[in-house]
Amino acid sequence: MVERLTFFGLDPITCHAWNKDRSQIAISPNSPEVHIYRKTQNDWVLADILKQHDLRITGIDWGAKTNRIVTCASDRNAYVWSQDGPDLKWKPTLVLLRINRAATCVKWSPVENKFAVGSGARLISVCYFEKENDWWVSKHIKKPIKSTVTAIDWHPNNVLLAAGSTDFKVRIYSAYIKDIEDKPQSTCWGSKMPLGQLMTDLPNNSLGSGGWVHDVSFSHDGTKLAWAGHDSTISVLDGESDKVTVLRTTFLPFLTLLWIAPNTIVAAGHQLTPMMFQVSRTGECLLLQCIGKVKQTEQRKEHGGLSAMRKFQSLDRHARVINEEEMELDSQHQNAITALKIHSGSKENALKISSSSIDGQVILWDLQTLVRQMKQLAI
Amino acid sequence: MAATLRPYLNAVRHTLTAAMCLENFSSQVVERHNKPEVEVRASRELLLNPVVISRNEKEKVLIEASINSVRVSIAIKQADEIEKILCHKFMRFMMMRAENFVVLRRKPIEGYDISFLITNFHTEQMFKHKLVDFVIHFMEEIDKEISEMKLAVNARARICAEEFLKRF
Repeated sequence: MVERLTFFGLDPITCHAWNKDRSQIAISPNSPEVHIYRKTQNDWVLADILKQHDLRITGIDWGAKTNRIVTCASDRNAYVWSQDGPDLKWKPTLVLLRINRAATCVKWSPVENKFAVGSGARLISVCYFEKENDWWVSKHIKKPIKSTVTAIDWHPNNVLLAAGSTDFKVRIYSAYIKDIEDKPQSTCWGSKMPLGQLMTDLPNNSLGSGGWVHDVSFSHDGTKLAWAGHDSTISVLDGESDKVTVLRTTFLPFLTLLWIAPNTIVAAGHQLTPMMFQVSRTGECLLLQCIGKVKQTEQRKEHGGLSAMRKFQSLDRHARVINEEEMELDSQHQNAITALKIHSGSKENALKISSSSIDGQVILWDLQTLVRQMKQLAI
Repeated sequence: MAATLRPYLNAVRHTLTAAMCLENFSSQVVERHNKPEVEVRASRELLLNPVVISRNEKEKVLIEASINSVRVSIAIKQADEIEKILCHKFMRFMMMRAENFVVLRRKPIEGYDISFLITNFHTEQMFKHKLVDFVIHFMEEIDKEISEMKLAVNARARICAEEFLKRF
C-alpha cells in the first residue's frame, strides 16, 4: 500500500523526478547536486551524480519521451542533461536563461520540444533548442508578474502555461514559439495566442485574503486549473464556465497538488499527509479523504499508573499532551511534503503517486488499494 | 497555575504552528542571496500580518511571519525593580551567547525582552512541533526562573542583613 524509500539520507529532498519506466529517480538532497538512483532487485542504488550547479537545486524534470533531464537552481542557471555516447554519461548543456535572480521551478512541455523556468526575477523563461546555433535559448514572459514565480504547469496542448506567484496571482499565458511549432488551435482559455499573451489573470482568493500561490496544475484535458494558496485554500477554475471554486480548509497550507482523475485532486504540504479532493459536477470542491494517516495507533504504548496525572499536568503546563517517548508524529512523513509526482498512470487515471519531503523520504502511495481500504472503512 | 496561562499558551502554540510553515526562498531583490525576509523587509508581499498575543499589558508575544522566517518576541512579566534587573541581566546573558541557542536573536525587538528568529533552515533540521514546544517551554520556565531568582536574592539579602545587624 505504501512503499517507503528512505535510503537517501536525512537531508531534505527539495524535488524529485522519475524516468520513463520508473526504474530510476532523480532527487536533489537540498544541495547543488542531483542524485540519480537506479532500482535493482530489492534496493535503490546510487547510479550517478550530476554536478554542475553551484547553488541549491530548485527544480528537476525528466522528459519521458526524449530521456533528457532539465534542472534549475538558485544560481540562476538551468542545464539540460542528455545521455550521449556509448558510456551513457549524463552531459550538461547550459541554457541561456538571461535571468538575474534564482530560478524556482522548471517543467518540460508535454511534447518536450521546450520547457519553462520560473524565477525570482519576476519572469518566466520559455526555452527551446535553436538548431542553427546549437544551443538552448529562451524567450521571456514578463508582464504583469510582480513577484517571484513559484509554480508553473503546461496545458496539454503544449502552448498554454499556467503560473502561480507570490504576488497572490494565478495567470495563464501563451508560450507559443512560432519558430518551432505550428499555429495552435483555440481552446476554452482563448483563441489569440502570441507569445506572452495573458489569457487569464486571477487573484489567489477572490474573497481578498490573498496568500502566496504554492502550486498550479492543469487537469488532464486542460479545461480546469487547480491551485493551492498559502491561505490553506484549494481553488479550481473551470475554463469553460469561467467559474472559480474556493475550498477553505482548516489544515496548514498545501505546497503541491496533482490531478489524479478527471475530477479528483491530491494535495499535500505542511499538514504532512496527502489529501484527496473531489470536484463535483456543479463545480464545488470537497474534501474526500486523508490518505496519509496510516500508522498504527494501537502500537502506541500506554504508560504506567502515572499517565493520567502526567497527562493533566502537561496539559496544564504546555497546553498539550506531551509524551516524552513519542518524538514521531503519526503521519508517514515527518516534515513538510515538497513535491508530488505521478509514478504510474496519468493525470486522467493515476495508480501510484510519489511524494518527497523535507525529512528526506520519498514515499510511494498506491491509490487503488488506499481508496479500496477507505471504502471498506466507510461501510 | 493561573487559569489564564493555559489559553494564552494555547493561542501562542496555534499561531506559531501556523506561522512556521516556511520554505526555502531566495531573495528576489539581491542576486544570489538568501536572507530571512522578516529581517530584510524588502518586499512587502512576502511578509504576513504580525500577530500580538497578550495575557495582560506586561506579558505579550509578538509573532511576525514571512515566507522563509518567523520572528517571535516575548515580553516577560516584570512586577518590580528586582524582577526588572534580573530579567535584563538574564536576557543579556543568553543573548550574548545567542549562537549556542541557534534560534535566538542577538537583540530583542523594541518593547520586548527577548526575540527568537526561526528560519526555514531550522525547520528543515529540526522537528517543527518540537520547535514550537521549545518556545512554549521557554515562556513558561522563564517566569518560574525569574521568581526563583528573586526569592534567592531576597533570601540572601535577609541573611546579609541579619549577619550585619548581629554586630550591633
